[in-house]
Amino acid sequence: MEDILEVRWHGRGGQGAKTAANLLAEAASAAGQYIQAFPEYGPERMGAPVASFNRISSRVIRIRSAVEEPDVVVVLDASLVHSVDITDGLPDDGAIIVNTDKEPHEMREELSLEGRQVFTVDANSIAMDTIGRPIPNTPMLGAVVRATDILDYESFLSIMKQELEKKFGSRPEIVEGNIQAIERAYEEVRSE
Amino acid sequence: MSTATQSERVALTGNEAAATAMRQINPDVVAAYPITPQTEIVQMFSNFVADGDVHTEFVRVESEHSAMSAVIASAASGARSMTATSANGLALMWEMLYIAASYRMPIVMPVVNRALSGPINIHCDHSDSMGARDSGWIQLYSENAQEAYDNIIQAVRIGEHPDVRLPVMVCQDGFIISHAMDNLYVLPDEDVQAFIGEGGGQEHSLLDVDNPATFGPLDLQNWYFEHKRQQVEGMKNAHRVIPEVAREFADVSGRSYDFFEEYRTEDADVVVVVLGSTAGTAKDVVDAMRADGHKVGLVKIRVFRPLPADKLVESLLSRSAVAIMDRSDTFSSAGGPVYHAVRHALYDVDERPPVSNYIYGLGGRDIRPSQIRRVFEETLEVARTGQRSRSISYLGVRE
Repeated sequence: MEDILEVRWHGRGGQGAKTAANLLAEAASAAGQYIQAFPEYGPERMGAPVASFNRISSRVIRIRSAVEEPDVVVVLDASLVHSVDITDGLPDDGAIIVNTDKEPHEMREELSLEGRQVFTVDANSIAMDTIGRPIPNTPMLGAVVRATDILDYESFLSIMKQELEKKFGSRPEIVEGNIQAIERAYEEVRSE
Repeated sequence: MSTATQSERVALTGNEAAATAMRQINPDVVAAYPITPQTEIVQMFSNFVADGDVHTEFVRVESEHSAMSAVIASAASGARSMTATSANGLALMWEMLYIAASYRMPIVMPVVNRALSGPINIHCDHSDSMGARDSGWIQLYSENAQEAYDNIIQAVRIGEHPDVRLPVMVCQDGFIISHAMDNLYVLPDEDVQAFIGEGGGQEHSLLDVDNPATFGPLDLQNWYFEHKRQQVEGMKNAHRVIPEVAREFADVSGRSYDFFEEYRTEDADVVVVVLGSTAGTAKDVVDAMRADGHKVGLVKIRVFRPLPADKLVESLLSRSAVAIMDRSDTFSSAGGPVYHAVRHALYDVDERPPVSNYIYGLGGRDIRPSQIRRVFEETLEVARTGQRSRSISYLGVRE
């Protein structure tokens, strides 16, 4: 359906692809949007390729089918680029956002991709600098908000802060690190 | 009139919605055993118990058979009792399901629909609860997390009504609903408590020593039949009680429920009947086909037991053709369970429409809008030709 933004997240088990989809949904919901977030359930285990999905719309979402033609693909682990068909179903006007230290044009060549918008951001380095662990999902949320304009950035940040405080209330350094990670990824994501 | 404005709009998965409803119901006893995709419900509920959010006696049993046995016993002693399960867990409860219903125990059980083994599969179809359709339980089916939440709360009142006194299964589609985050409105805790009331207590209780009662005696040729006949009466009374409870729930929540939902059926020549999450996708398809000028509509069954046979006939008799979508098979080689039920209900109508059957989505196989559109298009063709046949198709399968 045209008025629903669909997002597919690719990651490896343990990188937080499911959590990222949930956080994006919670933020969009808190901002008044209608949402779905659901992971693909298979025999998942640490390190194995996994996927999760979002639907976001200004109207009630009734469809319950799988997401087959996502508007946006987010890749949490660049090593998946050669083992998973990450551009499957991505339309010509779709966008792909990859966690990599490469430039967008390098990623485009690596994917042999024509059309579509290609975004890159080094979410691993950002996560190491800000959170101290290579967990790329929260910085990638900042990149997604920048790349898609689905949410107002300032309200997204304040909602994320509230959500993170709910989850990590007793550890303010984790909340602060994640917020910094989102801010940096929002600033540093590049596109072509 | 409505206090719906006090509801809080939240983003929860179907399992979280079910666990929230259970927390707000605050049952006296929950006995449960984990099984995917239901596990999260009782896992979250056990957190509520540990955190003191509920007063529930939580019984960690060694199997689903024991879970059902434990809640039968606690319900018999007058305690409001709940459990939850899926698929093979439900299958392991089988003999106790019948006993719960025949003892007239108003147990409420969320069932997160999952394909029965084998081959082993953790994903959604309705083979588990449809297999239990003749066990004497009331069955409510939910399209989304909101309906799962609302149905669980209403189930308490339906099951405990003195004229019904039957256990209630509240079904939601495994993973598609149970593990998908969705928007819903959650009532204030005190509104749920006020709606369900004290209840729980049995007219006859094991612990009522002044009025001793026997549960589970031998009941041979002399009285067994009468007790089963009374059980039917409880189910018949549910036809009256379910709408009464729905009306009261609408006053509290602002959300309306009936035996089934009719979506754009007013002038529809062709109607598709479905239950569960697929109804949501099918509504989008109805809108798209209406935009193309096709007179199509949808009936989404919420209450499958008791079967609202007369009301379904009323809704369907004037159609040119009807298709029934089943997410399980009976292996009768004569169609799925919803098809059998609806087609049978239409038998007494002289001008009954042709009714065809589509079995889909077994083991979680995705059901796409294009496939549902095909169901409508083929049924429109049946309407045009008036062709009658026992047409049973398998949708989205390699064959």
